[in-house]
Amino acid sequence: MQLLFTILLDGLVYASYLFIVAAGLTIIFGVMKILNVAHGGFYAWGAYTAAYFIGAASEMGLPDWFAFLIIAGSALAVGIVLGLLIERIVLRRLYDHEEILIVLATFGVFLILEDLILLIFGVNPYFAYQPMVALGSVEMGGIFRDVYSLTLFGVALSVAAGSWWMLTRTRWGKLITAVIHDREMALIVGINVRRLFVVTFCAGAVLGALGGAYIAPTVSVAPGFAVDVIVLSFAVVVIGGMGSIPGALIGALLVGLLRALAVHKLPELELFVIFLVMSAVLIVRPEGLFAPAKARKI
Amino acid sequence: MLHAILSDKTVRLTALALLALAAAGLMLPAWVVNNMMFGLARGAAVLGLLVLWRTGLMSFGHGLYFGLGAYAVALSEHWLGLSDFALRILAAILVAVVAGFALGFILRRYRDIFFAMLSLAFSMVLYGILVKTEALGSTDGFSVSQTTFLGWAPEGKQVLFTAIITVCLALAVLVQMYLRSTLGRLTTAIRDNEIRVEYLGYSVARAIHIKYVISAALAGGAGGMMAMALGQVDPDSMVYWTVSGELVFITIMAGPGSVLAPFIGAIIFEFLRTYAFEIAPHAWQLIVGGTLLLIIFFLPGGIWSLLERIPFFRRLRHD
Amino acid sequence: MTDVPILSVKDLQKSFGAVTAAKDINVDIPAGQVVGVIGANGAGKTTFVNMVTGYLKPSGGTIRFRGRDITGIAPRLAVHQGLTRSFQVSQVFMTLSVRQNLLSALALARRKGGALLRPIAGPELLAECDAIMARYGLTDVAEHEASALSQGSRKLLDIAMAVVSGPRMLLLDEPTSGVAAEEKFAIMDTVMSALKASGTTVLFIEHDMEIVERYVDRVLAFFSGEVICDAPPARALIDPKVRELVIGDTRAPTAPTAATGQAEAAYA
Repeated sequence: MQLLFTILLDGLVYASYLFIVAAGLTIIFGVMKILNVAHGGFYAWGAYTAAYFIGAASEMGLPDWFAFLIIAGSALAVGIVLGLLIERIVLRRLYDHEEILIVLATFGVFLILEDLILLIFGVNPYFAYQPMVALGSVEMGGIFRDVYSLTLFGVALSVAAGSWWMLTRTRWGKLITAVIHDREMALIVGINVRRLFVVTFCAGAVLGALGGAYIAPTVSVAPGFAVDVIVLSFAVVVIGGMGSIPGALIGALLVGLLRALAVHKLPELELFVIFLVMSAVLIVRPEGLFAPAKARKI
Repeated sequence: MLHAILSDKTVRLTALALLALAAAGLMLPAWVVNNMMFGLARGAAVLGLLVLWRTGLMSFGHGLYFGLGAYAVALSEHWLGLSDFALRILAAILVAVVAGFALGFILRRYRDIFFAMLSLAFSMVLYGILVKTEALGSTDGFSVSQTTFLGWAPEGKQVLFTAIITVCLALAVLVQMYLRSTLGRLTTAIRDNEIRVEYLGYSVARAIHIKYVISAALAGGAGGMMAMALGQVDPDSMVYWTVSGELVFITIMAGPGSVLAPFIGAIIFEFLRTYAFEIAPHAWQLIVGGTLLLIIFFLPGGIWSLLERIPFFRRLRHD
Repeated sequence: MTDVPILSVKDLQKSFGAVTAAKDINVDIPAGQVVGVIGANGAGKTTFVNMVTGYLKPSGGTIRFRGRDITGIAPRLAVHQGLTRSFQVSQVFMTLSVRQNLLSALALARRKGGALLRPIAGPELLAECDAIMARYGLTDVAEHEASALSQGSRKLLDIAMAVVSGPRMLLLDEPTSGVAAEEKFAIMDTVMSALKASGTTVLFIEHDMEIVERYVDRVLAFFSGEVICDAPPARALIDPKVRELVIGDTRAPTAPTAATGQAEAAYA
């Protein structure tokens, strides 16, 4: 029973930050039709920036709550700066290219971002446990859990609610929905698709960076730590249906819980299970579980 | 048929280039010969991706077949004691063909990113199995003993090098013949408009399935050669997604213009990596990523399109 | 004309979610007839063609072609039966030249045995290709890439590629849409005389009533998924229902109206 509870809790925590990262990925895909491999770079940069400044702030004796400002600030700064740069320098040249080539270009960007981290932050891991230590831990049903991880639920839920509100209740959201549905028609009726792309890409990048920045205090931020997450959030997005926020939520829960189950019960099957589920979903429902409707072509 | 093969200029050039390489192998230092073997092996897998890429399909998981080929060599030695070159190559290709044929029924329904991602997922499933299964060598894999030729175990690597060159030549000729056939020519048509091909009465799914099996066979053979050249197989160097990623990278870098391009691209890649690790050990990904972007931006036809600025190479296109 | 219809559609149904795109369509078409399909956008014309040629699976009803049940078969199998189509948006190989487009089509139509493994070309195929280009007025643009063609020439290429397989029946989806007004009759003359010569049964979707009047033996008028009039053009075009529900609408802009456009798009 306790084990079940642990698995559930672990799974939900993991699902929360997978969702934050995957939401960014899926928004970018939905609007721009770009499978953004560089998302892993946003994640890693968010984590490194947050870890670096949390460490610096702690040395300067700033209060612990300041770390949360740093996390939010890192996510915004990294997302907007990298988002703008990459959209302008790389993506803008490629919008009329084949999808696959754009994926490869973002893969190139990912590799560059990874090595830039090595060159700037070095190869040694960064630790930023201060916020996690500051919040302490609580006992729930006989198991101890750090409060910091639990706040992740709040962040994930806010992201879910916020993006739902954005997409259904605001003008921008309706434009985005129109573009997701039929990009050509959106162009014809005069939606400024280019500007929408820039905003979407930056928003997605901020979410990717936020995932990294928020996870930073709970792990050792070391080279290559983004790879796992990015591969799994791809699985999340593919399972849920590329371009669907509710899909990302369901996908994240599924992958998060499965992974927690595998880690505790069958550690040898961890990666295997998730890719197996992804293959199964793709085979049964090629577009994912919740793919948005598409305009007809002929 | 033979006449058609021998009169093909690309075939002649490929044969000449590879023969020159075999002759040079007698004089080159061992590390160069090794790098060449790695390059040729990888080149054969890239040739497989080229067959798909001409239809606009890219597999992010060809490490699956590369790995199956490599493990076929390792396991046929481990279980059956095989060490003969021809048998090893056959085993590698056979295993890949069987797997590619089976998975092809699923993958032929997918395009674009979905094709790429599902391929990746399949390759990672194999990776997951290999890493966690003791009987299959787990993370350590197997070492592969020296390759023999009809019972003869030659000194040094020269003979293996020549044998690999021969196989690559044969594969390149077969692919060239395929690309020149009506079926091969349909690649552009399928990439341009599947609906039309369907309404011309031909099954796009079947055409893609055939291409997929061909490309799996090539990647399988390539993995087998890599196992023999390296003398070692393990999941990380044969199946992991980075292996597939390298193959994709070389495909883009080399360009889809000719069956010779993958081998040129792959050999350049091996030497680039060797030097990059000496000169700037932390900048390898930067170099790969930067090259990828530059090629996509400025040289969409890859290295081969540079060669095509020379009239001699340009003429090969109209063969 | 024989008594057995070449195409026989019974109680054909199609719904996309809550939207009904075809409701109890019953049509028999005798061999050799030329049928014009008219109707506003969203009336279900293309859906009808898509179902008959296997692009969409009907929700109900049967389609028989030359006596055989072809309901829901794959497009390529319909083609093998001698039933093919052209497209509202030309479906040609955009990066190939006109000649390569037709050669590809010919190679696929004439394939048998190991033909697919041999290189394209061969003198008969080239001669046949030249003949088709001459018949469809494409000789002057033979080496042009399809993406560089005018709308009219691309439509002709699209139709020529469909005809290569020698179909018994051809369905043309708006053969003159997007074509300059002065080109329309020239295209239709070219196409219809070529098809008449081969005795092909033709069904085409058309918005231009002058063209309908000039070329067809029979008119099917569609309105919200139903055939509301099935008569010779002289009668159909003055039918009050047709005038109100079909021809009245055709004067409106050709962009889909908000309601039908969205509904169609959302469920397609």
